Amino acid sequence: MKRATLIRTVLILGIVLLLEILCLTGRIDKLTMQPPHKMALDLFRMLSSGSLNGAIFKTLANAAIALVLALVGGVASAVVLYRLKLLRDTLDPLFAAYYAIPVFAFYPLLIIIFGLGDAPQILMAFMLAVVAVIVNTLNGLDRVPRVLLKTARVNRMGPLETAWKIMLPSAAPYVMTGAKLAVAYALIGIIGAEFIMSRGGMGYEISFAYTNFDNATMYPLILLILAVSIGVNMALAHWEKRLMQRRGQG
Amino acid sequence: MTTSHVTLHGAEKIFVRPGGKDSVHALGPLDLELRKGEFFAVVGPSGCGKSTLLELIAGLSVASSGSVEFEGRPIAGKIPDGVGVVFQEDASFSWLTVRDNIAFGVRRMKLSEAERKARVDRALDLMGLSSFADSYPAQLSGGMRQRVCIARTLVMEPRLILLDEPFGALDQQTRLLMGEELLRLWRHSGATVFLITHALDEAAMLADRIGVMSARPGRLLDIVETGWQRDRDSRIVEDTRFGAITARLWRFLREESLKSMGKAAPAA
Repeated sequence: MKRATLIRTVLILGIVLLLEILCLTGRIDKLTMQPPHKMALDLFRMLSSGSLNGAIFKTLANAAIALVLALVGGVASAVVLYRLKLLRDTLDPLFAAYYAIPVFAFYPLLIIIFGLGDAPQILMAFMLAVVAVIVNTLNGLDRVPRVLLKTARVNRMGPLETAWKIMLPSAAPYVMTGAKLAVAYALIGIIGAEFIMSRGGMGYEISFAYTNFDNATMYPLILLILAVSIGVNMALAHWEKRLMQRRGQG
Repeated sequence: MTTSHVTLHGAEKIFVRPGGKDSVHALGPLDLELRKGEFFAVVGPSGCGKSTLLELIAGLSVASSGSVEFEGRPIAGKIPDGVGVVFQEDASFSWLTVRDNIAFGVRRMKLSEAERKARVDRALDLMGLSSFADSYPAQLSGGMRQRVCIARTLVMEPRLILLDEPFGALDQQTRLLMGEELLRLWRHSGATVFLITHALDEAAMLADRIGVMSARPGRLLDIVETGWQRDRDSRIVEDTRFGAITARLWRFLREESLKSMGKAAPAA
Protein backbone atom coordinates (compact mmCIF):
# COMPACT_ATOMS: atom_id res chain seq x y z
CA MET A 1 0.00 0.00 0.00
CA LYS A 2 1.32 3.45 -0.92
CA ARG A 3 2.06 5.87 1.92
CA ALA A 4 -0.57 8.36 0.74
CA THR A 5 -3.20 5.59 0.57
CA LEU A 6 -2.24 4.42 4.04
CA ILE A 7 -2.51 7.94 5.49
CA ARG A 8 -5.86 8.45 3.72
CA THR A 9 -7.22 5.15 5.09
CA VAL A 10 -6.04 5.97 8.60
CA LEU A 11 -7.59 9.45 8.34
CA ILE A 12 -10.99 8.12 7.23
CA LEU A 13 -10.96 5.38 9.85
CA GLY A 14 -9.98 7.99 12.44
CA ILE A 15 -12.95 10.22 11.54
CA VAL A 16 -15.33 7.23 11.61
CA LEU A 17 -13.93 6.18 14.98
CA LEU A 18 -14.26 9.71 16.36
CA LEU A 19 -17.90 9.89 15.21
CA GLU A 20 -18.52 6.47 16.74
CA ILE A 21 -17.10 7.60 20.08
CA LEU A 22 -18.94 10.93 20.05
CA CYS A 23 -22.25 9.19 19.26
CA LEU A 24 -21.83 6.31 21.73
CA THR A 25 -20.78 8.64 24.57
CA GLY A 26 -23.79 10.87 23.88
CA ARG A 27 -21.72 13.91 22.86
CA ILE A 28 -23.79 13.81 19.69
CA ASP A 29 -27.38 12.97 20.58
CA LYS A 30 -29.31 10.19 18.85
CA LEU A 31 -31.73 12.62 17.23
CA THR A 32 -28.86 14.36 15.47
CA MET A 33 -26.78 11.42 14.29
CA GLN A 34 -26.51 7.66 14.57
CA PRO A 35 -23.20 6.01 15.32
CA PRO A 36 -21.52 4.86 12.06
CA HIS A 37 -21.85 1.14 12.93
CA LYS A 38 -25.62 1.59 13.23
CA MET A 39 -25.73 3.39 9.86
CA ALA A 40 -23.93 0.44 8.27
CA LEU A 41 -26.27 -2.06 9.93
CA ASP A 42 -29.36 -0.10 8.87
CA LEU A 43 -28.03 0.12 5.35
CA PHE A 44 -27.49 -3.63 5.29
CA ARG A 45 -31.04 -4.20 6.56
CA MET A 46 -32.46 -1.73 4.06
CA LEU A 47 -30.70 -3.37 1.14
CA SER A 48 -31.61 -6.89 2.37
CA SER A 49 -35.28 -6.05 2.81
CA GLY A 50 -35.40 -4.26 -0.54
CA SER A 51 -37.69 -1.62 0.97
CA LEU A 52 -35.95 1.22 -0.83
CA ASN A 53 -34.62 -0.64 -3.85
CA GLY A 54 -37.05 1.18 -6.12
CA ALA A 55 -35.87 4.58 -4.93
CA ILE A 56 -32.21 3.57 -5.11
CA PHE A 57 -32.62 2.16 -8.61
CA LYS A 58 -34.50 5.25 -9.81
CA THR A 59 -31.77 7.60 -8.59
CA LEU A 60 -28.84 5.56 -9.86
CA ALA A 61 -30.51 4.88 -13.22
CA ASN A 62 -31.32 8.57 -13.74
CA ALA A 63 -27.79 9.57 -12.69
CA ALA A 64 -26.38 7.00 -15.12
CA ILE A 65 -28.57 8.34 -17.97
CA ALA A 66 -27.53 11.91 -17.20
CA LEU A 67 -23.88 10.85 -17.02
CA VAL A 68 -23.97 9.02 -20.36
CA LEU A 69 -25.75 11.98 -21.99
CA ALA A 70 -23.20 14.38 -20.50
CA LEU A 71 -20.26 12.24 -21.64
CA VAL A 72 -21.52 11.72 -25.18
CA GLY A 73 -22.88 15.25 -25.56
CA GLY A 74 -19.92 16.84 -23.82
CA VAL A 75 -17.25 15.04 -25.84
CA ALA A 76 -19.10 15.63 -29.13
CA SER A 77 -19.62 19.32 -28.29
CA ALA A 78 -15.95 19.71 -27.37
CA VAL A 79 -14.86 18.22 -30.71
CA VAL A 80 -17.20 20.60 -32.58
CA LEU A 81 -16.07 23.60 -30.51
CA TYR A 82 -12.42 22.68 -31.10
CA ARG A 83 -13.05 22.91 -34.84
CA LEU A 84 -15.18 26.09 -34.72
CA LYS A 85 -12.91 28.73 -33.25
CA LEU A 86 -15.41 31.59 -33.37
CA LEU A 87 -18.05 29.57 -31.53
CA ARG A 88 -15.49 28.51 -28.97
CA ASP A 89 -14.26 32.06 -28.43
CA THR A 90 -17.89 33.07 -27.91
CA LEU A 91 -18.68 30.31 -25.41
CA ASP A 92 -15.40 30.04 -23.50
CA PRO A 93 -16.14 32.92 -21.06
CA LEU A 94 -19.58 31.44 -20.44
CA PHE A 95 -18.06 28.07 -19.56
CA ALA A 96 -15.70 29.80 -17.14
CA ALA A 97 -18.63 31.44 -15.36
CA TYR A 98 -21.01 28.49 -15.69
CA TYR A 99 -20.62 27.01 -12.24
CA ALA A 100 -21.34 30.39 -10.68
CA ILE A 101 -24.90 30.00 -11.97
CA PRO A 102 -27.24 28.31 -9.47
CA VAL A 103 -28.59 25.74 -11.93
CA PHE A 104 -31.13 24.46 -9.39
CA ALA A 105 -32.91 27.80 -9.64
CA PHE A 106 -34.11 26.66 -13.06
CA TYR A 107 -35.59 23.44 -11.71
CA PRO A 108 -39.14 24.84 -11.20
CA LEU A 109 -39.04 26.09 -14.78
CA LEU A 110 -38.01 22.65 -16.01
CA ILE A 111 -40.86 21.07 -14.04
CA ILE A 112 -43.31 23.45 -15.71
CA ILE A 113 -41.93 22.47 -19.11
CA PHE A 114 -41.35 18.73 -18.59
CA GLY A 115 -43.67 17.87 -15.69
CA LEU A 116 -42.87 16.07 -12.45
CA GLY A 117 -41.38 12.96 -14.06
CA ASP A 118 -37.72 11.99 -14.38
CA ALA A 119 -36.95 14.25 -17.36
CA PRO A 120 -36.36 17.53 -15.46
CA GLN A 121 -34.14 15.72 -12.94
CA ILE A 122 -32.07 14.11 -15.68
CA LEU A 123 -31.86 17.43 -17.49
CA MET A 124 -30.75 19.16 -14.28
CA ALA A 125 -27.99 16.58 -13.73
CA PHE A 126 -27.00 16.74 -17.39
CA MET A 127 -26.73 20.54 -17.21
CA LEU A 128 -24.43 20.25 -14.22
CA ALA A 129 -22.24 17.49 -15.64
CA VAL A 130 -21.91 18.37 -19.31
CA VAL A 131 -19.84 21.53 -18.94
CA ALA A 132 -17.20 19.73 -16.86
CA VAL A 133 -16.87 17.21 -19.70
CA ILE A 134 -16.73 19.92 -22.39
CA VAL A 135 -14.13 22.03 -20.57
CA ASN A 136 -11.85 19.10 -19.73
CA THR A 137 -12.15 17.52 -23.18
CA LEU A 138 -11.31 20.85 -24.83
CA ASN A 139 -8.33 21.13 -22.52
CA GLY A 140 -7.17 17.70 -23.70
CA LEU A 141 -7.81 18.44 -27.37
CA ASP A 142 -5.71 21.61 -27.10
CA ARG A 143 -2.81 19.43 -25.95
CA VAL A 144 -2.90 16.93 -28.81
CA PRO A 145 0.59 17.19 -30.35
CA ARG A 146 0.49 18.87 -33.76
CA VAL A 147 2.61 16.09 -35.18
CA LEU A 148 -0.22 13.62 -34.51
CA LEU A 149 -2.63 15.82 -36.46
CA LYS A 150 -0.10 15.95 -39.32
CA THR A 151 0.17 12.16 -39.14
CA ALA A 152 -3.61 11.95 -39.46
CA ARG A 153 -3.49 14.16 -42.55
CA VAL A 154 -0.71 12.08 -44.08
CA ASN A 155 -2.89 9.03 -43.50
CA ARG A 156 -5.64 10.92 -45.35
CA MET A 157 -8.05 10.74 -42.44
CA GLY A 158 -11.16 12.90 -42.42
CA PRO A 159 -12.13 15.17 -39.49
CA LEU A 160 -14.39 12.58 -37.84
CA GLU A 161 -11.89 9.75 -38.14
CA THR A 162 -9.12 12.04 -36.88
CA ALA A 163 -11.24 13.01 -33.88
CA TRP A 164 -12.21 9.41 -33.10
CA LYS A 165 -8.90 7.66 -33.70
CA ILE A 166 -6.30 10.30 -32.88
CA MET A 167 -7.57 13.32 -30.98
CA LEU A 168 -9.85 11.69 -28.42
CA PRO A 169 -7.47 8.82 -27.54
CA SER A 170 -4.69 11.38 -27.18
CA ALA A 171 -6.91 13.54 -24.98
CA ALA A 172 -8.28 10.55 -23.02
CA PRO A 173 -6.66 11.41 -19.65
CA TYR A 174 -8.35 14.83 -19.75
CA VAL A 175 -11.67 13.32 -20.85
CA MET A 176 -11.31 10.98 -17.88
CA THR A 177 -10.89 13.93 -15.50
CA GLY A 178 -14.08 15.38 -16.97
CA ALA A 179 -15.83 12.03 -16.52
CA LYS A 180 -14.83 11.86 -12.85
CA LEU A 181 -16.27 15.31 -12.24
CA ALA A 182 -19.35 14.42 -14.27
CA VAL A 183 -20.06 11.42 -12.02
CA ALA A 184 -20.17 13.69 -8.99
CA TYR A 185 -22.21 16.37 -10.79
CA ALA A 186 -24.69 13.83 -12.16
CA LEU A 187 -25.33 12.44 -8.67
CA ILE A 188 -25.59 15.93 -7.17
CA GLY A 189 -27.99 16.97 -9.93
CA ILE A 190 -30.32 14.00 -9.56
CA ILE A 191 -30.33 13.85 -5.76
CA GLY A 192 -30.58 17.63 -5.44
CA ALA A 193 -33.55 17.73 -7.81
CA GLU A 194 -35.24 14.84 -6.00
CA PHE A 195 -34.61 16.65 -2.75
CA ILE A 196 -36.34 19.82 -3.95
CA MET A 197 -39.37 18.37 -5.68
CA SER A 198 -39.95 14.77 -6.65
CA ARG A 199 -42.16 11.77 -6.05
CA GLY A 200 -39.39 9.24 -5.52
CA GLY A 201 -35.69 8.51 -5.51
CA MET A 202 -33.00 8.60 -2.86
CA GLY A 203 -33.07 12.40 -2.61
CA TYR A 204 -36.80 12.34 -1.98
CA GLU A 205 -36.42 9.54 0.61
CA ILE A 206 -33.64 11.44 2.41
CA SER A 207 -35.75 14.60 2.42
CA PHE A 208 -38.80 12.67 3.67
CA ALA A 209 -36.77 10.92 6.37
CA TYR A 210 -35.21 14.23 7.43
CA THR A 211 -38.57 15.94 7.93
CA ASN A 212 -39.78 12.92 9.92
CA PHE A 213 -36.65 12.54 12.10
CA ASP A 214 -36.16 9.10 10.57
CA ASN A 215 -32.39 8.79 11.05
CA ALA A 216 -32.51 5.04 10.44
CA THR A 217 -33.38 5.79 6.79
CA MET A 218 -31.65 9.11 6.22
CA TYR A 219 -28.10 8.22 7.29
CA PRO A 220 -27.88 4.82 5.57
CA LEU A 221 -29.02 6.49 2.34
CA ILE A 222 -26.39 9.21 2.71
CA LEU A 223 -23.84 6.48 3.36
CA LEU A 224 -24.95 4.65 0.23
CA ILE A 225 -24.64 7.80 -1.89
CA LEU A 226 -21.15 8.32 -0.52
CA ALA A 227 -20.21 4.71 -1.22
CA VAL A 228 -21.53 4.82 -4.81
CA SER A 229 -19.86 8.14 -5.57
CA ILE A 230 -16.53 7.11 -4.08
CA GLY A 231 -16.73 3.64 -5.66
CA VAL A 232 -17.37 4.95 -9.19
CA ASN A 233 -14.73 7.62 -8.76
CA MET A 234 -12.18 5.08 -7.55
CA ALA A 235 -12.92 2.80 -10.51
CA LEU A 236 -12.44 5.72 -12.90
CA ALA A 237 -9.28 6.80 -11.08
CA HIS A 238 -7.93 3.26 -11.40
CA TRP A 239 -8.68 3.29 -15.13
CA GLU A 240 -7.11 6.74 -15.45
CA LYS A 241 -4.00 5.51 -13.64
CA ARG A 242 -3.66 2.62 -16.09
CA LEU A 243 -4.05 5.04 -19.00
CA MET A 244 -1.37 7.30 -17.60
CA GLN A 245 0.99 4.40 -16.85
CA ARG A 246 0.74 3.21 -20.46
CA ARG A 247 1.75 6.70 -21.52
CA GLY A 248 4.66 6.75 -19.10
CA GLN A 249 3.01 9.43 -16.98
CA GLY A 250 1.81 7.31 -14.09
CA MET B 1 17.17 4.90 -67.18
CA THR B 2 15.98 7.15 -64.36
CA THR B 3 12.50 8.64 -64.36
CA SER B 4 11.28 11.67 -62.52
CA HIS B 5 9.20 10.83 -59.48
CA VAL B 6 8.66 14.24 -57.92
CA THR B 7 8.96 17.50 -59.83
CA LEU B 8 8.93 21.04 -58.50
CA HIS B 9 8.77 23.94 -60.97
CA GLY B 10 9.24 27.43 -59.59
CA ALA B 11 7.72 26.28 -56.29
CA GLU B 12 7.45 29.14 -53.86
CA LYS B 13 5.97 29.49 -50.40
CA ILE B 14 5.03 32.81 -48.86
CA PHE B 15 3.38 32.81 -45.44
CA VAL B 16 0.98 35.69 -44.98
CA ARG B 17 0.40 36.68 -41.36
CA PRO B 18 -3.20 37.12 -40.13
CA GLY B 19 -4.51 40.46 -41.35
CA GLY B 20 -2.58 40.11 -44.59
CA LYS B 21 -0.19 42.98 -43.81
CA ASP B 22 3.09 41.13 -43.23
CA SER B 23 4.37 38.15 -45.12
CA VAL B 24 7.35 35.81 -44.82
CA HIS B 25 8.96 34.56 -47.99
CA ALA B 26 9.95 31.10 -46.76
CA LEU B 27 10.90 29.20 -49.87
CA GLY B 28 11.84 29.43 -53.51
CA PRO B 29 11.29 29.84 -56.30
CA LEU B 30 12.74 26.37 -56.51
CA ASP B 31 13.12 23.75 -59.25
CA LEU B 32 13.85 20.16 -58.30
CA GLU B 33 13.44 16.68 -59.75
CA LEU B 34 13.60 13.58 -57.58
CA ARG B 35 14.45 10.45 -59.54
CA LYS B 36 12.46 7.32 -58.97
CA GLY B 37 14.13 5.09 -56.38
CA GLU B 38 16.87 7.53 -55.41
CA PHE B 39 17.88 8.65 -51.94
CA PHE B 40 17.85 12.45 -51.93
CA ALA B 41 18.88 14.50 -48.93
CA VAL B 42 18.47 18.22 -48.33
CA VAL B 43 20.74 20.24 -46.08
CA GLY B 44 20.54 23.91 -45.31
CA PRO B 45 20.84 26.48 -42.55
CA SER B 46 18.22 26.65 -39.81
CA GLY B 47 14.99 28.26 -40.93
CA CYS B 48 15.82 28.04 -44.64
CA GLY B 49 12.54 26.30 -45.46
CA LYS B 50 13.63 22.64 -45.53
CA SER B 51 10.53 21.46 -43.67
CA THR B 52 8.36 23.78 -45.77
CA LEU B 53 9.75 22.08 -48.86
CA LEU B 54 8.90 18.68 -47.41
CA GLU B 55 5.38 19.82 -46.53
CA LEU B 56 4.84 21.00 -50.10
CA ILE B 57 5.87 17.60 -51.45
CA ALA B 58 3.77 15.79 -48.82
CA GLY B 59 0.72 17.85 -49.70
CA LEU B 60 0.53 19.19 -46.15
CA SER B 61 0.95 22.70 -47.51
CA VAL B 62 0.13 24.41 -50.82
CA ALA B 63 2.72 26.28 -52.88
CA SER B 64 2.02 30.01 -53.16
CA SER B 65 3.17 29.79 -56.78
CA GLY B 66 4.73 27.23 -59.07
CA SER B 67 3.87 23.55 -59.21
CA VAL B 68 4.61 20.36 -57.31
CA GLU B 69 3.96 17.02 -59.00
CA PHE B 70 4.16 13.45 -57.79
CA GLU B 71 4.19 10.75 -60.47
CA GLY B 72 3.09 13.34 -63.00
CA ARG B 73 0.06 14.53 -61.01
CA PRO B 74 -0.14 17.90 -59.28
CA ILE B 75 -0.20 17.69 -55.49
CA ALA B 76 -1.57 21.16 -54.68
CA GLY B 77 -2.23 20.56 -50.99
CA LYS B 78 -3.86 17.14 -51.38
CA ILE B 79 -2.03 14.28 -49.72
CA PRO B 80 -1.24 11.92 -52.59
CA ASP B 81 -1.63 8.18 -52.31
CA GLY B 82 1.69 6.36 -51.94
CA VAL B 83 3.45 8.97 -49.83
CA GLY B 84 4.68 8.28 -46.30
CA VAL B 85 6.08 10.87 -43.93
CA VAL B 86 8.25 10.45 -40.85
CA PHE B 87 8.52 13.54 -38.68
CA GLN B 88 11.28 14.67 -36.35
CA GLU B 89 8.95 14.76 -33.34
CA ASP B 90 7.76 11.59 -31.68
CA ALA B 91 4.57 10.76 -33.58
CA SER B 92 3.97 7.37 -31.99
CA PHE B 93 0.49 6.87 -30.57
CA SER B 94 1.08 6.54 -26.84
CA TRP B 95 -2.24 4.71 -26.27
CA LEU B 96 -1.43 1.90 -28.71
CA THR B 97 1.07 -0.94 -28.43
CA VAL B 98 3.98 -1.06 -30.86
CA ARG B 99 2.12 -3.65 -32.95
CA ASP B 100 -1.06 -1.55 -33.06
CA ASN B 101 0.96 1.57 -33.87
CA ILE B 102 2.53 -0.15 -36.86
CA ALA B 103 -0.79 -1.69 -37.90
CA PHE B 104 -2.59 1.67 -37.66
CA GLY B 105 -2.31 2.58 -41.34
CA VAL B 106 -2.68 -0.89 -42.82
CA ARG B 107 -5.92 -1.44 -40.90
CA ARG B 108 -7.38 1.29 -43.09
CA MET B 109 -6.19 -0.39 -46.30
CA LYS B 110 -8.24 -2.90 -48.23
CA LEU B 111 -6.12 -5.92 -47.40
CA SER B 112 -6.87 -9.38 -46.09
CA GLU B 113 -6.26 -9.92 -42.39
CA ALA B 114 -3.47 -12.37 -43.23
CA GLU B 115 -1.74 -9.82 -45.48
CA ARG B 116 -2.07 -7.12 -42.81
CA LYS B 117 -0.56 -9.37 -40.18
CA ALA B 118 2.22 -10.45 -42.52
CA ARG B 119 3.11 -6.83 -43.31
CA VAL B 120 3.12 -5.82 -39.64
CA ASP B 121 5.22 -8.84 -38.64
CA ARG B 122 7.66 -8.07 -41.45
CA ALA B 123 7.94 -4.43 -40.37
CA LEU B 124 8.43 -5.45 -36.73
CA ASP B 125 11.17 -7.81 -37.79
CA LEU B 126 12.85 -5.34 -40.16
CA MET B 127 12.98 -2.66 -37.48
CA GLY B 128 14.09 -5.09 -34.75
CA LEU B 129 10.94 -4.47 -32.75
CA SER B 130 9.51 -8.00 -32.64
CA SER B 131 10.26 -8.52 -28.97
CA PHE B 132 8.63 -5.16 -28.14
CA ALA B 133 5.45 -5.76 -30.14
CA ASP B 134 3.24 -5.65 -27.05
CA SER B 135 5.05 -2.76 -25.36
CA TYR B 136 3.72 0.77 -25.28
CA PRO B 137 5.83 3.62 -26.74
CA ALA B 138 6.43 5.04 -23.25
CA GLN B 139 8.35 1.85 -22.45
CA LEU B 140 10.77 2.40 -25.35
CA SER B 141 13.78 4.66 -25.89
CA GLY B 142 13.56 7.68 -28.20
CA GLY B 143 15.37 5.79 -30.97
CA MET B 144 13.00 2.83 -30.72
CA ARG B 145 9.96 5.11 -30.79
CA GLN B 146 11.31 6.66 -33.98
CA ARG B 147 11.74 3.14 -35.38
CA VAL B 148 8.07 2.53 -34.60
CA CYS B 149 7.17 5.63 -36.61
CA ILE B 150 9.38 4.55 -39.50
CA ALA B 151 7.86 1.06 -39.39
CA ARG B 152 4.36 2.56 -39.36
CA THR B 153 5.26 4.40 -42.56
CA LEU B 154 7.06 1.52 -44.24
CA VAL B 155 4.28 -0.96 -43.59
CA MET B 156 2.09 1.05 -45.94
CA GLU B 157 4.69 0.39 -48.65
CA PRO B 158 4.83 4.00 -49.86
CA ARG B 159 6.49 4.78 -53.17
CA LEU B 160 7.84 8.04 -51.76
CA ILE B 161 9.15 8.31 -48.21
CA LEU B 162 9.64 11.80 -46.79
CA LEU B 163 11.73 12.09 -43.65
CA ASP B 164 11.91 15.36 -41.74
CA GLU B 165 15.03 15.14 -39.57
CA PRO B 166 13.92 11.77 -38.22
CA PHE B 167 17.07 11.26 -36.18
CA GLY B 168 17.38 14.83 -34.98
CA ALA B 169 16.71 13.98 -31.36
CA LEU B 170 19.02 10.96 -31.23
CA ASP B 171 22.64 10.63 -30.13
CA GLN B 172 25.40 10.28 -32.74
CA GLN B 173 25.93 6.50 -32.42
CA THR B 174 22.21 5.77 -32.59
CA ARG B 175 21.91 8.09 -35.59
CA LEU B 176 24.63 6.21 -37.47
CA LEU B 177 22.98 2.88 -36.76
CA MET B 178 19.53 4.20 -37.61
CA GLY B 179 21.02 5.56 -40.82
CA GLU B 180 22.26 2.08 -41.67
CA GLU B 181 18.81 0.67 -41.01
CA LEU B 182 17.28 3.35 -43.18
CA LEU B 183 19.64 2.45 -46.04
CA ARG B 184 18.71 -1.21 -45.67
CA LEU B 185 15.01 -0.38 -45.72
CA TRP B 186 15.44 1.91 -48.71
CA ARG B 187 17.16 -0.88 -50.66
CA HIS B 188 14.52 -3.34 -49.54
CA SER B 189 11.52 -1.13 -50.39
CA GLY B 190 12.78 0.38 -53.63
CA ALA B 191 11.00 3.62 -52.68
CA THR B 192 12.24 7.12 -53.39
CA VAL B 193 13.53 8.67 -50.19
CA PHE B 194 13.61 12.40 -49.49
CA LEU B 195 15.48 13.21 -46.29
CA ILE B 196 15.68 16.57 -44.57
CA THR B 197 18.63 16.81 -42.22
CA HIS B 198 20.82 19.38 -40.57
CA ALA B 199 23.67 16.86 -40.20
CA LEU B 200 26.08 17.06 -43.12
CA ASP B 201 27.68 13.69 -42.34
CA GLU B 202 24.26 12.04 -42.26
CA ALA B 203 23.42 13.46 -45.68
CA ALA B 204 26.84 12.50 -47.08
CA MET B 205 26.51 8.95 -45.80
CA LEU B 206 22.92 8.24 -46.79
CA ALA B 207 22.13 10.09 -49.99
CA ASP B 208 22.76 9.52 -53.68
CA ARG B 209 22.31 13.25 -54.21
CA ILE B 210 22.31 16.11 -51.74
CA GLY B 211 20.52 19.39 -52.32
CA VAL B 212 22.15 22.35 -50.58
CA MET B 213 19.73 25.11 -49.68
CA SER B 214 20.40 28.80 -49.21
CA ALA B 215 19.33 30.88 -46.21
CA ARG B 216 15.68 32.02 -46.29
CA PRO B 217 14.01 32.19 -48.74
CA GLY B 218 15.37 28.70 -49.39
CA ARG B 219 16.63 28.04 -52.89
CA LEU B 220 18.78 25.21 -54.14
CA LEU B 221 22.39 26.39 -54.36
CA ASP B 222 23.82 23.12 -55.58
CA ILE B 223 23.10 19.44 -55.92
CA VAL B 224 26.01 17.22 -54.89
CA GLU B 225 26.23 13.73 -56.39
CA THR B 226 27.83 11.38 -53.86
CA GLY B 227 28.49 8.54 -56.28
CA TRP B 228 28.02 5.87 -53.60
CA GLN B 229 27.01 2.35 -54.53
CA ARG B 230 23.46 1.37 -53.62
CA ASP B 231 24.79 -1.31 -51.27
CA ARG B 232 26.46 0.84 -48.60
CA ASP B 233 26.52 1.34 -44.87
CA SER B 234 28.00 3.65 -42.23
CA ARG B 235 31.53 2.35 -42.92
CA ILE B 236 31.72 4.68 -45.94
CA VAL B 237 32.65 7.39 -43.45
CA GLU B 238 36.18 5.94 -43.71
CA ASP B 239 36.22 6.61 -47.48
CA THR B 240 38.30 9.65 -48.46
CA ARG B 241 35.45 10.83 -50.72
CA PHE B 242 33.21 11.09 -47.65
CA GLY B 243 35.39 13.85 -46.21
CA ALA B 244 35.50 15.61 -49.58
CA ILE B 245 31.69 15.53 -49.90
CA THR B 246 31.18 16.81 -46.36
CA ALA B 247 33.77 19.56 -46.92
CA ARG B 248 32.03 20.61 -50.15
CA LEU B 249 28.68 20.77 -48.38
CA TRP B 250 30.16 22.84 -45.58
CA ARG B 251 31.78 25.27 -48.06
CA PHE B 252 28.31 26.13 -49.31
CA LEU B 253 26.63 26.05 -45.98
CA ARG B 254 29.06 28.06 -43.90
CA GLU B 255 28.25 31.30 -45.65
CA GLU B 256 24.53 30.56 -45.71
CA SER B 257 24.51 29.65 -42.03
CA LEU B 258 26.25 32.92 -41.17
CA LYS B 259 23.67 34.75 -43.27
CA SER B 260 20.83 33.05 -41.43
CA MET B 261 22.44 34.13 -38.14
CA GLY B 262 22.57 37.71 -39.45
CA LYS B 263 26.38 37.75 -39.80
CA ALA B 264 28.46 38.43 -42.89
CA ALA B 265 31.03 35.83 -43.90
CA PRO B 266 34.55 37.07 -43.14
CA ALA B 267 36.88 37.39 -46.10
CA ALA B 268 39.00 34.28 -46.72
